[in-house]
Amino acid sequence: MSVETTKFRSRVRTLTDGAVTGLSILATLLVVAPLIAIFTYLIYKGASSLNLAFFTQIPKPVGESGGGMANAILGSGILLGIASVIGVPIGIGGGIYLAEFGRGTKLANAVRFTADVLNGVPSIVMGLAAYALIVNPQKHFSALSGGVALAIMMIPTVCRTTEEMLLMVPHVVREAALGLGVPNWRSVLSITVKTASPGIITGCMLAFARVAGETAPLIFTALGNQFWSVSLNQPIAALPLQIYVYALSPYDDWHRLAWAGSLVLIILIVAAVSLVRFVTSRGVLKGAS
Amino acid sequence: MGVGIEVTNLNAWYGTNHSLQDINLNMPGNHATALIGPSGCGKSTFVRCLNRMHETNPIARVTGSVRIGDLDIYNDCKPVEVRRRVGMVFQRPNPFPTMSIYDNVAAGLKLNGYNNRRELDEIVERSLKNSALWDEVKDDLKKKSGASLSGGQQQRLCIARALAVDPEVLLMDEPASALDPVSTSKIEDLIFQLKSQYTIVIVTHNMQQAARVAEKTGFFLNGRMVEFDSTHKIFTNPSDKRTEDYITGRFG
Amino acid sequence: MPEIRIPQVQLQPELSTPDGQGLAVEAPHEVSAVREFLLSRGNSAIADRGFSWLMLLCALSIFVIVAMIATELVVNSQLSWHKFGLRFFYQAFTDPDTGLKMYWDPVNARFSALPFIYGTLVSSFLALLISVPLAVGLAIFLTEMCPRALRSPLAFLTELLAAIPSVIYGLWAVFVLVPILREHVNPLLIHGLGWTGFFNDNNPTGLGYLSAGVILAIMILPIISSLTREVMTAVPHSQREAVLALGATRWEMIRMGVLRNARIGIVGAIILGLGRALGETMAVAMVIGATPEIHRSLLANGSSMATVIANEYAEAVGDMHLSALTEIGLALFVVTIIVNALAQLLMWVVTRGTPSQTH
Repeated sequence: MSVETTKFRSRVRTLTDGAVTGLSILATLLVVAPLIAIFTYLIYKGASSLNLAFFTQIPKPVGESGGGMANAILGSGILLGIASVIGVPIGIGGGIYLAEFGRGTKLANAVRFTADVLNGVPSIVMGLAAYALIVNPQKHFSALSGGVALAIMMIPTVCRTTEEMLLMVPHVVREAALGLGVPNWRSVLSITVKTASPGIITGCMLAFARVAGETAPLIFTALGNQFWSVSLNQPIAALPLQIYVYALSPYDDWHRLAWAGSLVLIILIVAAVSLVRFVTSRGVLKGAS
Repeated sequence: MGVGIEVTNLNAWYGTNHSLQDINLNMPGNHATALIGPSGCGKSTFVRCLNRMHETNPIARVTGSVRIGDLDIYNDCKPVEVRRRVGMVFQRPNPFPTMSIYDNVAAGLKLNGYNNRRELDEIVERSLKNSALWDEVKDDLKKKSGASLSGGQQQRLCIARALAVDPEVLLMDEPASALDPVSTSKIEDLIFQLKSQYTIVIVTHNMQQAARVAEKTGFFLNGRMVEFDSTHKIFTNPSDKRTEDYITGRFG
Repeated sequence: MPEIRIPQVQLQPELSTPDGQGLAVEAPHEVSAVREFLLSRGNSAIADRGFSWLMLLCALSIFVIVAMIATELVVNSQLSWHKFGLRFFYQAFTDPDTGLKMYWDPVNARFSALPFIYGTLVSSFLALLISVPLAVGLAIFLTEMCPRALRSPLAFLTELLAAIPSVIYGLWAVFVLVPILREHVNPLLIHGLGWTGFFNDNNPTGLGYLSAGVILAIMILPIISSLTREVMTAVPHSQREAVLALGATRWEMIRMGVLRNARIGIVGAIILGLGRALGETMAVAMVIGATPEIHRSLLANGSSMATVIANEYAEAVGDMHLSALTEIGLALFVVTIIVNALAQLLMWVVTRGTPSQTH
């Protein structure tokens, strides 16, 4: 190879390297830009509509200005409550099984694989299942069916994060408990789970935050409600559902409310994600050597 | 009062690995017995067979018999019951990280349902005194977590925790190997004193340590017990050439 | 006979006083009480067995959930399955009034899933086309080029992107993205690429496949990017160093030392992103136009599988309508399970034993 060819190829390689660096930076900016755009727009459009009325009043009839999304916030709270009551214990139990009883078994591997796959199933399918399971036989929409749809979504997530947190508890801690003659069930609950509890709680918070923003499974289970409702057997409002309906409506007032509701929702979710990051970066198991 | 341990034809496996072969020995009550031998010879496995911790490993298997006092620990009762009578101190100190010093010591009792506060206070104090830790922690019992102590203190905390359930036998698997010399000598002094109340089995790499604290010593090699005799004999006039080679440092 | 040299050991155990604690071990007074108490506790065999069974049941609930979903979907789609069979997925009808092709006719109970399958595929692949280069570029930047101080905040921002709910993406898309596309981007596309047939000016609303594809791209980007990052950081440093030692530029090192080893995992990440895009409901429903038609132009209104279910399920007209929608849901369920299982298998292969383990 001649000297000129080598020099040329060397120049090309350097240029390529520089081009790739530039493209990577460009890609990063293109990713960061929509995020910043969304957040700033949310704050800009939503902040002005956030007043006391938003948090305390239900929507006014079309044509009247004002009103709020208080019923949707309450409804979301109830739905998430139902989902957590069902989903968190079962999810944690599954995680305990995977980490403490089934470690290495084929069954545990199958459960883990299935949970991961289930996490990728679209949430609207969960809504379909809950509809068929509860709404159809009962012949009416209800908060219960919405809560169940959300619970089905929480279980695989909580199960996997619980397992991961339990696996981080050092084996010597379990041995110390067993060596004292503590029964296995007590050792698992009072020692292992307790040691991993910060991590397990953050896992539940993550699942909670994820499910709090879900709309699709609620469209034909909880259905939504323009008024106050706390009954489990009737349709109930939910924050993301209300945002969806208002966003697609032709009324400016309702758009305003949709932005405000989105801001509230995003603040909650960002708080949860930040808290999770904070706890896990500080070391979930502080003190355990 | 401590009780004697009688081991007959003990064999242990990890999966297909025959880690202990035909172990027979009698460890006298209220004495300290030291187990020495090179790495991987099976001493830790042996000790873990004495409180049925060996079987917590799913591929572990044991045959033979171990009698602690008048109890056949493999046939007469379940592992949980054995472990309440045979305490264990591990190689690396392992206090419960989420519990205070008080709760650590009381753990063996509280987690088994013992709730009498006043008596627990007394037991905790006594156990900490017996493990030579009381003076250093008596003001911080409930404020400090178990994990905030130094290595030597943590190990003494683990000893206190084991003593609190009033076992008949205390197993110690290289209890001072992760500690500095000062802590090590404190623990050795402790063992020497505890002998009068408990039967102690101590696994150690340190021959000087064995000589310092134990009346009887057993030498393990490749899963077999080569020689078991009084410490004096083992270290001055061993019967088996392999023992002599190990003592004089030719291997291990 | 060689001299036996026994190292000098102290045979008489020393009686030293540890820090003034006194020689005697305190004789425990209530020893027997503690021992008696513990002896009376029993062996907890029943509690242990009950507990482990309970945990097992919780774990088995995962299988129960999958079985339940599958059963309900199959049972509730029987009507349309029996009537149309496999043709459900590709047939076309004629509109009696206009004579044009139609696919979705709730009034006359004639249903075809074709436009929704088409819309799902088009929007998803468009999303992949846009997001994969960006996601990989971001991952490369974060793992290989980013100054340490920026790494954590940028990773956190990516995590936030992943956490934003679909409906908020949709809201923003409807009021910000779609106008931008409609007013600034689409005219350019029509002008410059209209000849391809993919960009025709027949949609004044700005909704359609392109808008759906763009918002989907933003939504699946964080997943693909963070998984790619994970796979790239798992490549051992020795691989990077080996390539650098040969005189490679940084890009060549990335290409040959990292990407080559990580490519299976990156493919897995992309497939996972595809799986997410296929099922994405709210944001797509808000910007795709919800029209059950098939168009070549990316600027035309369309629909997707998840969209039609979301829009029509609550007010379905008759049992056949419901059944058809459920059948679409079943198809969505099956497809996403297959796609996700494939991606999980790939990631599993990568994390188990990889060719990059050689040193």
